[in-house]
Amino acid sequence: MNSPVAAVIQDSRVATALLRVENLNAWYAESRVLHGISFDVREGEVLTLIGRNGAGKTTTLRSIMGVVRKRTGSIRLGQEELIGKRTYEIARAGIAYCPEERAIFSSLSVSENLLLPPVLRSGGMSDEELFKAFPNLRVRAASQGTKLSGGEQQMLAIARILRTGSRLLLLDEPSEGLAPVVVKEIGELILRLKQQGFTIVLVEQNLRFAKKVADRHVVVENGKVADVLTAADLESGMDRVQSYLGV
Amino acid sequence: MNPRLIIIFVAAALAVAAPFFVYPVLLMTILCFVIFACSFNLLLGYTGLLCFGHAMFFGGAAYITGQILKTTSVSVEAAILCGALAAGLLGLVIGQLSIRRQGIQFAMITLAFSQLVYFVLLQMEFTGGENGMQGIPRNPLFGFIEVRDSFSFYYVILGLSAVAVFAFYRIVHSPFGEVLKAIRDNEARVESLGFDPERFKLLAFTLSATMAGLAGAMKATVFQFATLTDISWPVSGEVILMTLLGGLGTLTGPMFGAAIIILMNDHLAGFGEWALIAQGVILLVVIVFFRRGFVGEIGALVKYLARRGKRPASAPVTAKPAVEPNG
Amino acid sequence: MFENITSQLLFGQVLLGLINGSFYAMLSMGLAIIFGLMNVVNFAHGAQYMLGAFVAWLLLTFLGVPYWGALVIAPIAVALLGMLMERLLLRRLQNLDHLYGLLATYAVSLIVEGLIRQRYGSTGIPYDNPMPGGMNLGFMFLPYYRVWVVMFSLFTCIGTWLLIEHTKLGAYLRAANENPNIVEAFGINVPKMVTLTYGFGVGLAALSGVLAAPIYQVSPSMGSNVMIVVFAVVVIGGMGSIVGAMATGYMLGIVEGLTKVLYPEAASVVIFLFMIFALFMRPSGIFSGRSEGAR
Repeated sequence: MNSPVAAVIQDSRVATALLRVENLNAWYAESRVLHGISFDVREGEVLTLIGRNGAGKTTTLRSIMGVVRKRTGSIRLGQEELIGKRTYEIARAGIAYCPEERAIFSSLSVSENLLLPPVLRSGGMSDEELFKAFPNLRVRAASQGTKLSGGEQQMLAIARILRTGSRLLLLDEPSEGLAPVVVKEIGELILRLKQQGFTIVLVEQNLRFAKKVADRHVVVENGKVADVLTAADLESGMDRVQSYLGV
Repeated sequence: MNPRLIIIFVAAALAVAAPFFVYPVLLMTILCFVIFACSFNLLLGYTGLLCFGHAMFFGGAAYITGQILKTTSVSVEAAILCGALAAGLLGLVIGQLSIRRQGIQFAMITLAFSQLVYFVLLQMEFTGGENGMQGIPRNPLFGFIEVRDSFSFYYVILGLSAVAVFAFYRIVHSPFGEVLKAIRDNEARVESLGFDPERFKLLAFTLSATMAGLAGAMKATVFQFATLTDISWPVSGEVILMTLLGGLGTLTGPMFGAAIIILMNDHLAGFGEWALIAQGVILLVVIVFFRRGFVGEIGALVKYLARRGKRPASAPVTAKPAVEPNG
Repeated sequence: MFENITSQLLFGQVLLGLINGSFYAMLSMGLAIIFGLMNVVNFAHGAQYMLGAFVAWLLLTFLGVPYWGALVIAPIAVALLGMLMERLLLRRLQNLDHLYGLLATYAVSLIVEGLIRQRYGSTGIPYDNPMPGGMNLGFMFLPYYRVWVVMFSLFTCIGTWLLIEHTKLGAYLRAANENPNIVEAFGINVPKMVTLTYGFGVGLAALSGVLAAPIYQVSPSMGSNVMIVVFAVVVIGGMGSIVGAMATGYMLGIVEGLTKVLYPEAASVVIFLFMIFALFMRPSGIFSGRSEGAR
C-alpha cells in the first residue's frame, strides 16, 4: 500500500466504519477480477468508487452483495461478517443494491416494481412517503415497468430499495445514459438521502457527477484500490485522477 | 512405435478374435450402438447440438434397408448403405427446417419431427405397423457371399463399423471438425470470423443422421427385423445416456458408453424393469458426480497424475526446464 | 366425407377433446411455471402425474381414503417428494448447463416409472369413478365425472393464473423469472422460492393424476403417454408462458378431438404438425412476449 492510502485508511478507522472491506478477491469462473480490494465506508458518508471501464467497480458492489459467488476476504457490516453469506442474507443484514442495469421488471407494473422489495426493518420509507417523494411513479403506477423513460426507471430503481429500511445503499452508475437534467435530479436525490442519514456507496465513471455528491473517492484500477481521495483532494489533484481514468 | 497405433492394433486383434468367445449377435448389437453413439456425439459433443429425435434416423433407416432387402435382391451391404443415405437425406430436410433454432427449442422440434416420423411410419403398410417388419433377409454380400450365419456376418458389421469409426475420427480431426468445436464453444465468435455457423451445423446434422442411419440399418440386418420401438423416444434417451456415460466430446467415450449399456441391458434382460431403473441410476450418478463421463474422468485423472509426476520435489541444478504437459 | 359423422360422435369427441385439453392445460401449466423460473424442462413431470394417480389408488386400497381425500392428500405428498428432489438434486445442478437439469429429471422418471412398473406391472389398474352416471342431452350423453374434470381444471388453471398475475407472491415469481439475483438482493429467499415453486408445479401434475385416475386408469406408463404431447403444448404456447400453456392445452385438446372425427389417421400427428408450424411462425411460442432465442 502506498502511504497516502495507508494514511487515509488509518484516518478512517477513527471515524465509524459502517462497512469494512478487507482483502476482497473475486473470480468470474476461473479468472480473478478483484485482487485484494480494501476500503472502509463511514457511516453517513457518500463514497464513490471511480475508475475506468472494467476496473472492477461493479464487480466490487456485486461481490459485496454476494451476487458474485466466488469471493474471499472479509466484508464486515458493523460486527457482522458477510463473506460466505447468501445474497438475501446480506440484503437482510441491511444493505440495499441498485444495479447498473436498473433491473426494472417488464412483467410487473410500476407499482408492483416499487412495492416488490420487502420491508426488512423499520425506518424505511412507507408507500405513501415514496409516492410523495416520487410523484411521477404514482401517475404511472399501472403502466408496465419498462415503459418508463430511462430517468424514471432510475428513479424507480432507487425508490424501491428505500422501502426496505436498509441504511447502506449501493448504487451502480445511477447517472449512466441519462440527460443532464435528470442527472441533476438524481444528484439532488442522493444529497437528500445523505441528509436523511443514509450511507451511500456509488459507482461512477462520471467524475463531474461524483464530485458533486461524494465525500470520498476510492479509485479502482485493474481490480485493486489505487488511491483514496477526499473531496478536497479531488479538487486539488484532478490531473492525477484523470490519469487513472485514462481521460 | 506410436502408443496410439499399438492400442488400435490390439483393439483390432481383439475385435477380430471376439466372436470366438462372445455371442456374435451381442457383439454386433454393441457395434451398432457404438456407431449410433458416435453419431450423437458428433452432434452434441462436438457441435453442441442437442437432438431429442435421433431415433428417427436410426429406426427410419432400419425400415428402408429392410424394405430394400425384402423386395429386391440388392446385396446386404448396399442395402445398408442405402438406408444410411436415406437417413442422411431425412437429416438434410429436417436439419434445413430446424437448424435455425437454438438450445431447447431445437431439441423439442427434433422431438416433434421424430414423433411425426413415428406416426407416419405407423400408418404405412410396408412397415407392418405395430408388429414391425419381420423376416428381413440377409441378401448375399457383394451379391454372392453368403452371410446368413451370425459368425460370418459379424465381420461384415465389423468392417462397416470400422469404416464408420474411421470416418468419424477423420471428421472430428479435420478443419471442419475444428469449426464444429468452435461453434459448440462460442457460436457468435465463429460467425464474427466469417464462417456461416448454420451451414456447418446443417452439414454436421446430416452427417450425424447418416451415421445414425448406418447404425440402424445394420441393426435391422443383425436382428432381421425392424420395429417402431427403434424410432421411439426411449431409444433417443438411451443414446443420450450412452454418450454422457462414456464422456461427451471425447472420441472413444460414447463407444465405451454404448458397450457398457448394451452389456448391462443384456445381463439384466431377465430382470424385468431393472435394466431401465439401472439406466436411470447410472444417468443420475454420471450427471451429479462424473459429468465428464467414464473416458473423460479417466483422461482427467491421467492428466492430473502426469502433472504431479512432472513436479519434482527438489529440482537438480542440471535439470532441463520444466515443460508444461500439453493440455 | 362428413355424412357418417353423427352429432353424437362429433360432440362426444369434442367433449373428449376438452377433457384431454384439460389435462394438457394443467400439465403444461405446471411445466411452464417450472421452466419459467428454473429454466429446467421437468422431464419427471409425467412420472409425477402418474404418482399422483398411484398415490390416490394406494390411499384408497390401503387406507380407505376416498377420491375426495386423495384429491387433497396426493398432490401434497407428491409435491413434498418433488421439493426433496429439487433440494437434493436440482439445486446442485443449477449452475451448470440446463441440459443437466433436464437429464436429471429424465433419470428420475426412468427410476420412478421402472420401480412402479416392477412392483405393479404394466397393465392399468382401474380406479372407481367417484361420480358415476351422467345426463342425456339428446345429442350426446354427458357423464357427470367428466363435467367435473373440465370444471375443476378450469378452476385450477384460472386460479393459478390469478395467483401469478394478480398477487404479491405471483409478482415475486414473475420478477424472479426475469432476474433472480436482483430479487434475492432485495432480501427475498429465492432458493426457497425455487423449491416451493417446483413443488407447486409438481403438485399440479399430481393433481392432474388424481383427476385422471377414474378416466384413464392407473398405469405406470400413463405419464410417458401424455408427456410428449404436453411438451409440444408448452413449446407451442411459449415455454415460460402460463397463459400460453393453458390456452394452447385446451385448444390442442379440442383440435385433436375434432381431427379424430374428421380425419382419424392424422389425429396423433396433428399436434406435432402444429408444433412444427408454430415454431416456424413464432419461434419462442405463440403467447410468449419474447423475441427469438431470448432464453
